[in-house]
Amino acid sequence: MFENALRGSKGYWAWIILLLLVLGAGFANYLRQWVFGLGITGMSRDVSWGLYIGQFTFLVGVAASAVMLVLPYYLHDYKVFGKITILGEFVAIAAVTMCLSFIIVDLGRPDRAFNVLLYPSPNSVLFWDMIVLNGYLFLNLLVGWTVLGCEQRGAPPPKWIKPFIYLSIPWAISIHTVTAFLYAGLPGRGFWLTAIMAPRFLGSAFASGPSLLILLSFLLRRTTTFDPGREAIQALAKIVTYAMVVSCFFVACELFTVYYSQVPEHVSHFTYLFSGLHGKSGMVPLWWGVIIMGLLATILLIIPQTRNSDTILPIACALAFASLWIEKGIQLVVVGFIPNPMETVTQYAPTLPEMSITLGVWALGALILTLLYKVAVAVREQEPAGMSH
Amino acid sequence: MDKTRRDFLKIAGLSALGLGAKPAADAFAQSAQGPKIAPIPEALKAKRWAMVVNLKKFKESGPDALQACVDACHTIHNVPKFDNPKDEVKWIWTESLAHALPNEEHHFLEEFVKEQMKGLPILVLCNHCDNPPCVRVCPTQATFRRLDGVVMMDYHRCIGCRYCMAGCPFGARSLNWRDPRPFIKTKLNREYPTRTRGVVEKCNFCDERLAKGLKPACVEACKNKEIIFGDLEDPKSEVRELLRANFAVRRKPQLGTQPQVYYIV
Amino acid sequence: MYNAGKVIIGILIFLGLFTYPIWSPIVLGKAGPPPQLEKPDPAKGKVCVEATDYMRSTHMSLLNNWRDWVVRDGNRIYTGLEGKKYNMSLQNTCLDCHKSREKFCDRCHNYVNVSPRCWECHIEPEYKQQQAVAWRSK
Repeated sequence: MFENALRGSKGYWAWIILLLLVLGAGFANYLRQWVFGLGITGMSRDVSWGLYIGQFTFLVGVAASAVMLVLPYYLHDYKVFGKITILGEFVAIAAVTMCLSFIIVDLGRPDRAFNVLLYPSPNSVLFWDMIVLNGYLFLNLLVGWTVLGCEQRGAPPPKWIKPFIYLSIPWAISIHTVTAFLYAGLPGRGFWLTAIMAPRFLGSAFASGPSLLILLSFLLRRTTTFDPGREAIQALAKIVTYAMVVSCFFVACELFTVYYSQVPEHVSHFTYLFSGLHGKSGMVPLWWGVIIMGLLATILLIIPQTRNSDTILPIACALAFASLWIEKGIQLVVVGFIPNPMETVTQYAPTLPEMSITLGVWALGALILTLLYKVAVAVREQEPAGMSH
Repeated sequence: MDKTRRDFLKIAGLSALGLGAKPAADAFAQSAQGPKIAPIPEALKAKRWAMVVNLKKFKESGPDALQACVDACHTIHNVPKFDNPKDEVKWIWTESLAHALPNEEHHFLEEFVKEQMKGLPILVLCNHCDNPPCVRVCPTQATFRRLDGVVMMDYHRCIGCRYCMAGCPFGARSLNWRDPRPFIKTKLNREYPTRTRGVVEKCNFCDERLAKGLKPACVEACKNKEIIFGDLEDPKSEVRELLRANFAVRRKPQLGTQPQVYYIV
Repeated sequence: MYNAGKVIIGILIFLGLFTYPIWSPIVLGKAGPPPQLEKPDPAKGKVCVEATDYMRSTHMSLLNNWRDWVVRDGNRIYTGLEGKKYNMSLQNTCLDCHKSREKFCDRCHNYVNVSPRCWECHIEPEYKQQQAVAWRSK
């Protein structure tokens, strides 16, 4: 099956080479970081997690969102998702791989990463996160590859795969819940110490993941003969709509509790976001960007005419994705450290090597996704006539 | 040799998720011919180490006493000094009263600090919490709480994930963002190691000194009993007497971490 | 199997390369001369904490145990050969006799091509304190 990924047009190879170049640049910078230490990044004693952990957090959501396809298709036999479900599972594989890579590049001593296995510590949420992420990667690899392999032979998926498919549904919820618990259980960080963290994570995940999938579907429709079907895209768009509405609602819940209670340790972080704190306002423009893009996307998605439009829907999805990418991928993590435990403000900005390493990991994810999609599309194109889903 | 047995048990313990294997291994290590390993006989022992920082005394002694504590600690532990706050590593340092106790801040606190504390900041360090969140979150048990209350760092095991830095509500932990050695500005203490880039470090209540029967370096640097160190479980200890005779506060007690550094205001 | 012949030849080449360290001294001649380690000053005593053979083969796990016993369990005294007691410390005990990392540790470690990372933290006697000139090249 994999041989399909080794045959392609000039454009395909140009894209692969571009990704390899970005990946190579990222790797070169990672070697610099390996030698120099994490001081090469913009992180500091006060803001001790930054872009890497932010991207990890965001991508866990993207990975988890595959459940929004698996659940309707396998549990409710929603046939419309027949062609697209595999695309969701492959996004999950690429996203989880990126998550694990971001964790590794964030370690101060990556050479000791296996200490997590040598000294298992069930009291650490990070230990559980390691288990659920690797488990999820395994489940999606197994399910995606097996189902696609059967499709190539024109056979239905084997019975033994069903339990794994069903298991992947709660497992997807678990990866994002556990990731939220990384933050929501820390006593001294008012920004994260909120019970709605896990629901908020899931809400935004089910918006960001499917909106990425819609964008990818449009892209596949343009560049290949493969079409996941208009109905499937529209069904996904409805999922994104509900998820965006729910996400906005959860954020509003958060804002109510913080601002009505007026507890300083919780308010100060949001003050930093909305208007700046102690004269420092590095995150203010981005935060308003998040709000405006998020609300605009939600409005465009709610109105049926714009949601049904093949030109406006990708714009709405791109806005939703960008909004959540900044919110989860940068702000959620960084602002948890601003102000610091002494209520003073140290700001954070990523450095160039840090951005290059981040891009490198994204290139790795894109490469994996490209290869997997190439295989999936090729299998679909060779499909025996008469087979339909 | 008991070492091979210990190694075997380690592996066995690993498969049993490490539960209970370590005490068993230690028992083996001691059983052979007399105690194979033991603590240094002069070691200071306690059920629960704690520290009382007497701000009244620091007012009498002035800013030099504060600096003496910081210098004593950072020299003896080879703590690097970076010129930029970004890479900063510190075990014990000074903060203004309002920053050290943000919950106690009010509009007129400055006046109090000026009149009652000569405008001095206060010393802050790892609180060696009874219920330490850093230990709870560590994925490798590189940071752990000893039975006598010292929250320790095992620099050999730390993977540098910095979860403990996010977990600590007191900002007591520092990562070595880069190789610290060239930045050790004081004369190297050749009896104590340095750290390496990528591991987290913090105050260890001078575990290496307690083991030899010495009090922590910052306590020893205090000529006027500004800092008192002792066993909180011993009713006759000096720390207990101080807490009986004075009203003392702790940093962020509402978080339930049970800090064991007390401040007499 | 597709291309069975080619695959089998490939596997054989791989195995050949993989086992190179084992067969090369036999086929290509003798291994290099063993390293000459500097012996400690006899005034320090004639024995190490354990027998020489044991130290040669097992010092790494001994040191790992020392590490755990000291850092994690707070035990610092080790009873070695002839009931002699030692302070378990690489920096203060081992290197008190074996004065030179370069002439003792490194010679053997280089010979067997291992590079333990003890010296990133533990200070060897030869280490000369250096200070950075510029604090950060951004």
